[in-house]
Amino acid sequence: MDIGPVWRAMLKNKAGFVLIALQIAVTMTIMVNAFAIMQERANNVGRESGLDEANTFALASAWFDEFDRDLMKIRIDEDLALIRGVPGVRSAVASNSFPLRQGGWSMSLQTEPGSQSPDSIGSAIYFVDEYGLDTFAATLIDGANFTPNQVSWQVQNDDTWPATGIITEALAKEIFPDEEGSVVGKTIYINDNDPVNIIGVIERMQAPWPGWTGVERTMLVPQRRYSDFQRYIIRTEPGYRDALMPEIEALLANSSKDRLIRDVTTMEQVRKLAYVGDTAMIRILTFVVMLLTVITGLGIVGLASFNVSRRTRQIGIRRALGATKPAIVRYFMTENLIVSAIGLTIGGILSVALNMVMVEAFSLEPLAWYVIPIAMIALLMVGQAAVAGPARRASNISPAIATRSS
Amino acid sequence: MFRYYLKLGSLSIRANPALSALMVAAIAIGIGACMSIVTVRHVMSGNPVAHKNDLLYHVQLDNWNPDDPYEDPNEPPEQVTYLDATALHQAGRAFRQTISFKSDRVVQPEGEDARPFQEEVRATTADFFAMFDVPFEYGSGWDASADRAEERVVVLSAAMNQRLFGGEDSVGRMMTMNKEPYRIVGVLSEWRPMPKFYDLNNNPYEGAEEIYTPFSLAISGEWGSSGNNSCWKPLDGAGYEAYLASECIWIQMWVELSSASERDNYMQFLDDYVEQQKALGRFPREVNNRLSTPAEWMVNREVVDDTVNVLLSLAVLFLVVCLLNTIGLLLAKVMRRTSDISLRRALGASKSALFTQYLIEAGMVGIAGGLAGIGMTWLGLRGLENVFSEYDFISYLMTMDWTMVLYAVLLAIVSTLAAALYPTWRACSVSPATTLRIQ
Repeated sequence: MDIGPVWRAMLKNKAGFVLIALQIAVTMTIMVNAFAIMQERANNVGRESGLDEANTFALASAWFDEFDRDLMKIRIDEDLALIRGVPGVRSAVASNSFPLRQGGWSMSLQTEPGSQSPDSIGSAIYFVDEYGLDTFAATLIDGANFTPNQVSWQVQNDDTWPATGIITEALAKEIFPDEEGSVVGKTIYINDNDPVNIIGVIERMQAPWPGWTGVERTMLVPQRRYSDFQRYIIRTEPGYRDALMPEIEALLANSSKDRLIRDVTTMEQVRKLAYVGDTAMIRILTFVVMLLTVITGLGIVGLASFNVSRRTRQIGIRRALGATKPAIVRYFMTENLIVSAIGLTIGGILSVALNMVMVEAFSLEPLAWYVIPIAMIALLMVGQAAVAGPARRASNISPAIATRSS
Repeated sequence: MFRYYLKLGSLSIRANPALSALMVAAIAIGIGACMSIVTVRHVMSGNPVAHKNDLLYHVQLDNWNPDDPYEDPNEPPEQVTYLDATALHQAGRAFRQTISFKSDRVVQPEGEDARPFQEEVRATTADFFAMFDVPFEYGSGWDASADRAEERVVVLSAAMNQRLFGGEDSVGRMMTMNKEPYRIVGVLSEWRPMPKFYDLNNNPYEGAEEIYTPFSLAISGEWGSSGNNSCWKPLDGAGYEAYLASECIWIQMWVELSSASERDNYMQFLDDYVEQQKALGRFPREVNNRLSTPAEWMVNREVVDDTVNVLLSLAVLFLVVCLLNTIGLLLAKVMRRTSDISLRRALGASKSALFTQYLIEAGMVGIAGGLAGIGMTWLGLRGLENVFSEYDFISYLMTMDWTMVLYAVLLAIVSTLAAALYPTWRACSVSPATTLRIQ
């Protein structure tokens, strides 16, 4: 098909085509930026927490009688012994938080002591005992687990830190960027001056805040806390979780009148809650892009139909002069191709511009280059599909029309 | 004439039902997309104390680490220490002042079968209720002497009173929390500030606490905060005493001034206070106190999530696409009717008459689109509610008021008329004779 005549015919009726081109351009702008956001969110949701999520649940116990340190120690030991003794429980630990919970404890870690250390790095802290690694399904890639006699007890609002810790590989890389060998045996400082000896490195364990940039930075310390609020994390043998959740809840609730059990939750629920915003954004934007494509498609159909009916006579004349049906179809397809090409070129520029604005204003991640050609091809196909119907109708116009006077 | 144009308009709209439906639908969807996000944003950025916005101030003092600001570039902490909260409250230099924090307590309802449950309780001072215009159903708040005497009194929300006492006037009755008795002095009527401006930490939409009790009582009972708590230097010793004496921030402080002109005086008082504390060896940073109105404070804490703004900008573009669509279709319609138009022009219709006629026709499409747009907005809000259903407060964000309904219709009409301008102008510039000639 020769583009020349199609182009010259379009110039005679610019406004309609300009509008469609603009519509395609803005549609593409929205599409590309929506894709960029969706991709970023999908990456977030796809990250592993490190937990054995399908077989892990958590619950909290709040005691509400007079606080007594010695009694609390006995209670926590009893609870843990009780939970660990239930058949089907693989391991359990009392900890302050767990990945994806969106609330927890963080501290600054540094390689040199002192309050003015420039290299301090924020890290999530989980207080665990020797069962921590197995309960959190952490894989030890270097060093050793805590031994029972390393686990200490600590009072709330007190600041003595245990002398040992296990850190994630991501934290190790961040804190010792130049270290090629093992970091086991090295000392880091917490709370400005308290030394912590690294005894192990684990492959992965997320901090409790999925939105935090340092979400992979985590340190486990061997400590239990005398608090009247305790969180128990329980990992079961595969398939036992749903049966054990109510069983253990009842077991603990019935063991004392002076407490209540709350926040009973599977890790799957925790994950869902942690990523509500991300999944919602993905769903909203998917819907928006689909709706938008339909509207733009319908706009193209509408305008093409009008052009066809407006030019009924000319088409009849062309047919009478020997143009074949496919030639008429090709004419309208080419016309749409030209409009789309113009629209998509403008769209490409607008997309990048809007993305730059969004990155600046809302600190989003810049879009990946390949989103642009993908959106272009998709919209080109939508345009061609939309124009196909009217084009076929045009090709069915009888050559005899030419002989009729309107 | 107007009625005649209306008739012409409706005839023309009915002549092309599919096309007209497409236009109305496009406008409605565009309006729906825009207005549902605008509505959410409107609720999120609401100011429950707008009528007192120039009298209420959130107090910040910069007691932070000399080497490291609380937040870049040089933001003071968003809460205050126990030391400063109590000192400033005691000084009583504002018309009203309140210091508060939230804490988890276990409520033990009466009766053998009743199960205890955990509640977030706000420990606060007497002025809280008057400052924030908290409405009472029965009784009232406590007074300053109850604060001083650490009286065991509570104020309940309407919902909590319903739960514990079936909604009857419970003033004077007793309730138990953590095995300790409390006397009820007041019951609130329905009160759900959106957002919870007086404490924006954690979740600004979770709704106000259900139980209120004197701050001094909470301190003597050694309650911990269930909200945010940050410390920049190690505690001096162990236990609750050391915590109270520490530089940890965990208390929200607000003052009400008798007039907006008092602001400078109170600021001066704060600066003097900090200078005084500096002499005692505290406040190692430069004086950096802050008084923010509720509106300023909500902007500072970024109550409106960026996600909403991202969605809003995409929704506006979405409306632009819908309008481009409408312009295109209107134009097509006009081009198809050129012969009609030139005939009317030849018969003496003036340009302005044609202009009015087509604008009225477009206006009708706009109104239809706006009305359908209200429905679309409602659907959009239900959709948003659905994708965010894990949040239990979400339904409070997804509410449409009459202002929003009005805005939806207005936006629809204005944008349709704007869209109609170019096609209408094209229609008017059809010359009387051209098309007639070919006939």
